[in-house]
Amino acid sequence: MAPVVGPATVAAELAPHPMHPVAYRVARRRALADDVAALDLIASDQPIGAAEPGQFAMLWAPGVGEVPISFSGLVGAPDALQFTVRAVGEVSAALVGLTDGRVIGVRGPFGRGWRLDTEQGRDVLVVAGGIGLVPLWPLLDELERDRDRFGEVAVVAGSRRPADLLDDERLWDWAERTGAHLGLTVDVPAVGWGGDVGLVTALLDRTGVDPTSASAFVCGPEVMMRATARRLLAMGADPAHVRVSLERNMACGIRQCGRCQLGPFFVCTDGPVFDLPEVGRLMEVPAL
Amino acid sequence: MTDTTDVRIALGQVAGVHALPLRALDDLAACGTGRAVGAGTTLANEGDDATYLYVVIEGRVAIDTHTPGDGTLVLETLGRGELVGWSWLVPPHRWRFAVRAVDDTDLVEIDAAALRDRCIVDPELGFTLARHVVAGLAARLEATRLRLLDLYAPPPGGR
Repeated sequence: MAPVVGPATVAAELAPHPMHPVAYRVARRRALADDVAALDLIASDQPIGAAEPGQFAMLWAPGVGEVPISFSGLVGAPDALQFTVRAVGEVSAALVGLTDGRVIGVRGPFGRGWRLDTEQGRDVLVVAGGIGLVPLWPLLDELERDRDRFGEVAVVAGSRRPADLLDDERLWDWAERTGAHLGLTVDVPAVGWGGDVGLVTALLDRTGVDPTSASAFVCGPEVMMRATARRLLAMGADPAHVRVSLERNMACGIRQCGRCQLGPFFVCTDGPVFDLPEVGRLMEVPAL
Repeated sequence: MTDTTDVRIALGQVAGVHALPLRALDDLAACGTGRAVGAGTTLANEGDDATYLYVVIEGRVAIDTHTPGDGTLVLETLGRGELVGWSWLVPPHRWRFAVRAVDDTDLVEIDAAALRDRCIVDPELGFTLARHVVAGLAARLEATRLRLLDLYAPPPGGR
């Protein structure tokens, strides 16, 4: 019998091989800080496959190298993609230094995302630390689109200084449109700073959202996520409804190279977003 | 909040202290009065006698200090339900830092000497309150330690 060829099969055949970078052109670059840039990309030819909030892609700066970067927006995806990159090394610095019109390679999308759809009907707590706000933006966009499917929503975000809060005006606009509570805190305030001062965990008590009925989505430095998870559990949150986004040196994106192994998991495919019961203990093991 | 009953109700509604045993809340309320202050109001100066402690019912306060040349430096903000002040419990009972209202803020102002007297007469109450204060201090110590790490700095060895 001849094999049945349906739309899914055709789509799979058309999708680029996961190890082949797809050419994307920089349509617009915005500097968000001295070392951070937002890149709006447009596919030069066939785009990558459909992406979900919380997933990541491998961005290839030709002649320099490749790094894993989470999607910061999926507006118009997959033909259009948005990434926010912080210069922390040679490759990311090359990406931050791109100018409009330059072409880079994109592989992906990879991994398991936030899976907001499984949490419908619940309150939502979003907790971000530093650049960790970036992978949460597609989740915030999805929350806004499906706002009536969720209860109370609160976002709390922390950074070192007020100037390090990325796109805080966009965040305030989003909170106004969605009716969400928004709390911002910094370690080191500047003159005129009207937000809070302290670790982001302190704001969890002030959101008006009861953690016992909420699903929490947490992204930031891992020590901050551990502290946040501890606080949420102490406040009665159900660990099954707490999700964290991890980063572990992802390289191939298809669980072949092993560089992102975390205990029994490969972060590139099993993550980067995990349910807390999956990785809570692993996050406390030094050197993993 | 005009009388002890109102104060007791307000204390029972804020998350930070509602976990205290009912009797301890009654003692706090008996020593407390409601107070509404405007943004910018100074509640305590560094070095002042710690005559009062506070519970934030609504609004925010800042714990701050000052250095010559830099002016006032905010160390931490505290919000709804949080206990403001531990100097009242630790001799010599003087504020280590200043306290200022960030927003228009509703507080319960608790007479520290009266509360200490109750703790001396009733060691069980003293232990309960001391444990509550230590729990708050432990949370702030943990947060302070994490802030000292400069958590959000770029990781070493990044690509």
